[in-house]
Amino acid sequence: MRLKLLLRRRLNRSWSVDILLFLLLAGVAVFMAAPLVYTVNRAFMPLDEIFAFPPRFIVRNPTVQNFKDLLNIFSDSWVPFSRYVFNTFFIAIIGTAGHVVIASAAAYPLAKVKFPFRGALFHIVVLSLMFTPYITQVPNYMTISWLGMINSYWAILIPAFGTTLGLYLMKQFMEQIPDALIEAAKIDGASEYRIFWKIVMPIVKPAWLTLIIFSLQNLWTNGSVTSHKYIYSEQLRTVDAVFGQIANGGIARTGPVAAVTLLMMLVPITVFIVTQSNVIQTMSSSGLKD
Amino acid sequence: MAAEVRKNRHAFVLMAPYFLIFFTFTVVPVLMSLALSFTHFNMLEPPRWVGWDNYARLFVQDDVFLIALKNTFLFAFITGPISYVACFLFAWLINELPPKLRALLTLILYAPSIAGNTYLIWQTLFSSDSYGYMNSFLMRWGFIMEPIQWLQDPRYMLGILIMVQLWLSLGTSFLAFIAGLQNVDRTLYEAGALDGVRNRWQELWFITLPTMRPQLMFGAVIQITTAFAVAEISIYMIGFPSVDYAAHTIVTHLVDYGTIRFQMGYASAIATILFAIMLGTNLMTQKLLKKVGE
Repeated sequence: MRLKLLLRRRLNRSWSVDILLFLLLAGVAVFMAAPLVYTVNRAFMPLDEIFAFPPRFIVRNPTVQNFKDLLNIFSDSWVPFSRYVFNTFFIAIIGTAGHVVIASAAAYPLAKVKFPFRGALFHIVVLSLMFTPYITQVPNYMTISWLGMINSYWAILIPAFGTTLGLYLMKQFMEQIPDALIEAAKIDGASEYRIFWKIVMPIVKPAWLTLIIFSLQNLWTNGSVTSHKYIYSEQLRTVDAVFGQIANGGIARTGPVAAVTLLMMLVPITVFIVTQSNVIQTMSSSGLKD
Repeated sequence: MAAEVRKNRHAFVLMAPYFLIFFTFTVVPVLMSLALSFTHFNMLEPPRWVGWDNYARLFVQDDVFLIALKNTFLFAFITGPISYVACFLFAWLINELPPKLRALLTLILYAPSIAGNTYLIWQTLFSSDSYGYMNSFLMRWGFIMEPIQWLQDPRYMLGILIMVQLWLSLGTSFLAFIAGLQNVDRTLYEAGALDGVRNRWQELWFITLPTMRPQLMFGAVIQITTAFAVAEISIYMIGFPSVDYAAHTIVTHLVDYGTIRFQMGYASAIATILFAIMLGTNLMTQKLLKKVGE
């Protein structure tokens, strides 16, 4: 099996081009890695290195002072910090799970079930991506207020469930599933719900793992933007919003802000690593054959 | 009709939750905005019908809009195609590597997009005093005598924005392509080799690209919408409004009229123009994509 895999990899490949392409990749990777390296280094810099001239990129005398200062700031706030953490995770997890399930459920009929106006409905979805969200903010605020969802998580979660990107992504991947597979399941007596959940979803696993990253990132970092608009109670705010307040403390807070920036990146990076390594694993087990 | 509904009731049940939310929070506001673009509306008095006045004003009287239009087109026609090709190219190159290395490289290449505002480190890089990395580097090596105001000088602004956007390009479409490449049936390559596919480029053109057409279309729409809707990096990197409107874009113009001057009718007209531009570009791109693999 292993030998066969190796042989397969060598199909249509030449070593010289392989090396050239690898060099290109390595060069670009160095350029792209900069923000990660910078953020990690800066979080551990003592103040005199943060403000050093000429500016430094790599830390020389690493310290955890920035994180200690951060803890001090939190101990002053009247809402316990754990509450902010809970809020953030609650919004990110429920929002992401809801979006993935609801968008996938809608994508399956759009891709594989024939019903009247299917094409038109899908066109509306794609066209709506081209309308800038800035213009829908005011009507949406009015709708959310009319529904009585102001100052609750629903104001963030419900619109997040119906984001356009997820539906479009899932529909494009489901389109590739051979009709024969679904027909066969129908002949075996499976219902549409069963086909969706037991056959279609496992095949498009790479797609929804990717969608988890998009959705989580969106709720993780833009949560504060939305919550400024809809959430007024301090105890309902997210970590991101609180970190924004810390950053607004100005130049004296530079150290803690550097620590905060690193902490905020940890969760998206962890989720990214977990989901991406699964995207890659699915390749051997996907049963996409006509 | 009733029979049609009964036959597809499962489909409608599956779609109902999504489309209920989608119509409430996307379709209805967009239709409202389209209607408002033909009115004068300051959010206090009821809208007043003005016909095509807003559109006429945009192209005839509003010099700043023409600057925004020019900047946006320049920005989009450089960053859009380059980002799109880069997304596919890198996804495809990475796909050939052993799993561990591939996971690591995916993370590194996606790093600029991983946390919402990482691009702000470019602000430190191009900071206008001698503490900025770029200025301090150029001064130390004697290229310049005094710091350049990178983010305030109209000559550099758009260039810097384009560079930042290119650095951010391996984002949504890149990950979608990586996932899409997992769906390509491996046996197609073996069959292709028997049919006379000689090298990796032929394999790419005749097998990989045609199989990935749905993802390619998705990527194109995403690139078009991000390239033309550029605003955030301009507002946060350069500031708003920018000196001489050198980094002004269609969307920053819209933000100006929508949230500062409260001329919602006019702002809606700008959104409609932007929509028309994206729609046209998308139609052209989809036509080009149909030629893939021929």
